Amino acid sequence: MSSYSQTSSSHAEGAHAHHDEKPTGIKRWLFTTNHKDIGTLYLLFSCVMFFVGGAMAMVIRAELFQPGLQVVDPGFFNTLTTMHALIMIFGAVMPAWVGLANWMIPMQLGAPDMALPRMNNYSFWILPFAFTLLLLTLVTPGGGPASGWTLYPPLSLQAGDSLPLTIFAIHLMGASSIMGAINIVVTIMNMRMKGMSLLHMPLFCWTWLITAYLLLAVMPVLAAAVTMLLTDHFFGTTFFSAAGGGDPVMFQHIFWFFGHPEVYILILPAFGIVSEVIPTFSRKPLFGYGAMVYVSASIAFLSFVVWAHHMFTVGMPLAGQLFFMLSTMLIAVPTGVKVFNWTATMWKGSLSFEPPMLFALAFLFLFTIGGFSGLMLAIVPADFQYHDTYFVVAHFHYVLVPGAIFGIMAGVYYWLPKWTGHMYDMTLGKWHFWLSAIFVNVLFFPQHFLGLAGMPRRIPDYATQFADWNWWSSVGAFGFGLAQLLFPYVIWKCVKGGAKATDDVWEGSHGLEWLLPSPPPYHSWSEPPQVSWKEEWGEFDPHVAEAK
Amino acid sequence: MFKHLASILRRGLIATAFLWAVPTTADKALNMPVGVTELSVKIYDLHMLIFWVCVAIALVVFAAMIYSIVTFRKSRGARAATTLTHSTRVEIVWSIVPLIILVLMAVPAARTLIDIEDTSGSELSIKVTGYQWKWHYEYLDRGVSFFSTLAESSNAARQLGSGIDPNTVPNYLLDVDNPLVIPAGTKVRLLVTANDVIHSWWVPDFGMKKDAIPGFVNEMWIKVAPEKTGLYRGQCAELCGRDHGFMPIVVDVMSKEDFTAWLAAQQEAARQAAMPTAAEPIATSEAPVAAAIAQTN
Repeated sequence: MSSYSQTSSSHAEGAHAHHDEKPTGIKRWLFTTNHKDIGTLYLLFSCVMFFVGGAMAMVIRAELFQPGLQVVDPGFFNTLTTMHALIMIFGAVMPAWVGLANWMIPMQLGAPDMALPRMNNYSFWILPFAFTLLLLTLVTPGGGPASGWTLYPPLSLQAGDSLPLTIFAIHLMGASSIMGAINIVVTIMNMRMKGMSLLHMPLFCWTWLITAYLLLAVMPVLAAAVTMLLTDHFFGTTFFSAAGGGDPVMFQHIFWFFGHPEVYILILPAFGIVSEVIPTFSRKPLFGYGAMVYVSASIAFLSFVVWAHHMFTVGMPLAGQLFFMLSTMLIAVPTGVKVFNWTATMWKGSLSFEPPMLFALAFLFLFTIGGFSGLMLAIVPADFQYHDTYFVVAHFHYVLVPGAIFGIMAGVYYWLPKWTGHMYDMTLGKWHFWLSAIFVNVLFFPQHFLGLAGMPRRIPDYATQFADWNWWSSVGAFGFGLAQLLFPYVIWKCVKGGAKATDDVWEGSHGLEWLLPSPPPYHSWSEPPQVSWKEEWGEFDPHVAEAK
Repeated sequence: MFKHLASILRRGLIATAFLWAVPTTADKALNMPVGVTELSVKIYDLHMLIFWVCVAIALVVFAAMIYSIVTFRKSRGARAATTLTHSTRVEIVWSIVPLIILVLMAVPAARTLIDIEDTSGSELSIKVTGYQWKWHYEYLDRGVSFFSTLAESSNAARQLGSGIDPNTVPNYLLDVDNPLVIPAGTKVRLLVTANDVIHSWWVPDFGMKKDAIPGFVNEMWIKVAPEKTGLYRGQCAELCGRDHGFMPIVVDVMSKEDFTAWLAAQQEAARQAAMPTAAEPIATSEAPVAAAIAQTN
């Protein structure tokens, strides 16, 4: 396994060493069209936003630490929950995925760069402006947006000057996402190395390809929804006002037609990463590669026909409720196949537990718990109780924090030695993992109890019978928040130095990125990899393996 | 200090107990209330059914994961069976079995849903209107209507930096000046709407919530078991602005006789209040909402 990487990496080094020059200083980062630089920018931006959004979560949990209002005004509390969601979704998780895609997709496909490098630069540099606009709303008259990230009218239309700024910020984020998605689709469709069919691609490329199509399909829908809010507020239209013949519930339908595929946009790349990490550290090929591709696609397809399960309480016709209940339950089948396949990948493997594997395993357990609560939420009559309570908060944080965010962390810990050429501090990485994994459960598990016991979400203060579990949840939040400080520290330390990483870094790693030196040259694969698919992959070629 | 430790321990134990023995330790703080209406009991049963199905699946799946993690460790000398990459038979089985389980879960869910949606045969209709940030109740065709707002004691304590310990306030944030009064053992239909933004009317003991949407009227029904008279509390469940957390719902469920007497007293009071000024119709401010009733589901 490790022998082939050695021979081919020395080949790669020879091919690339002589044209590794790059611009220096600020210009390198402002004008860069290099996929690795842009990937780094995305990841840094995501990290900053993760801590900004996280700080807001800390204030939220501080207010909810005990009953009574101690820290913030209820109006500002609503702004915090709104901004926390917008920043974490659009600022932390999505840019992290695009950053990982930028770094890894060309390297995994044997391509020299992304297909559209200048657009790549624009799509990143839009983001800092978008989030400056969004954060500026905090100092506008009337304060920031306070209607929840879902921006339901009529409440969202009661906002002050924050409304147009928020909407423009969302438009910019959408434009950035659409450009990023086009770039990924074009790269994957056109720049795979010779001989690499779509069904040879690593799962990370596959899930990102599907994610990119989802982005292209739904970001314009979000843009339309918020534009209608804008015209309702400023130009006298009444799309969402019953008084003018409109319908406030229509906004919810349009929003969630975007919103449900959006949650798969947040999680599908994590599926891809886990599908790379588990085989590597099990030293065994992914079980059921073909099935993994097809179920990812069917999850994406189903995500377009389940949106109204977010709004069972609005008073839909019985047939509508039944349809959305059944379609939502159906998603459990492909998702279940994924979980079973990951488990089967570990079955009869040879497992070791480095930080990427630890995060992937936590993902496996905790995302599954989030899946179970999701299944419960699909059952309409029970949802009439769960809806808009902390049970929902627990559910989506289980799929987003130990789901999407642990996926990102698994990916970063997996590829960091490749990027920097140094091994990171494994002990600190494991500390980061164990603290995160323990506190994330202390933080979110009690919220199931709170929701079932009747605590609504998005409230700054609560009845005294909810005090105990809120205390626990806040303690978990502070612990989780503090533990995250280890993450940038481990990365910074690794960038600065450390034991030299080998080219294939992990014993069980396989794929084109591991044929490159660690760190890879500034321009990698400017000559296509000189590898024969069959020779290099051998038993790891899914098709060869299936034939056996 | 010891007391605090003990309470932490107790909470931990209860949490553990929840995972293994929910029905016997159905503590309100951990699980959904069974509730007091025909529907709430059905919904609770459905909730427990899905919960146990999920627990059963979780036991199998997590056992397989944990077994793999414990057994197939490199540090224990495990060698990877690298040819184990695919099995059509196994994959068909683990697609079909969940599908069957889902269908079995969907059947009782659909049945309950059909019951929930059947609002026919109600004996009393009450229009519930959400306002920022209070509720208004109108007993249709009975000439009684009133607002229901957060109790003054809670309102004083909930101000930022009030210095009042919420634990000293009875039913902190779950107390109102005028509770909604309904008779037990009677099918009561609620017509839920709103005047400004979207709210949601929710009393957990009644099993469900319904969004209150301006310009639209949603229906839900409750039939509290005859012996379950008493006070039931809930809250607005849809973010409706600054004081969303401060518009609770309290329902006083009376026996049919007590309710009749209460209603008569309210009607008398309303009549007397209307006497001095020239009989103004009640709740004129809600004309647009009233007009909307006719056109909805």
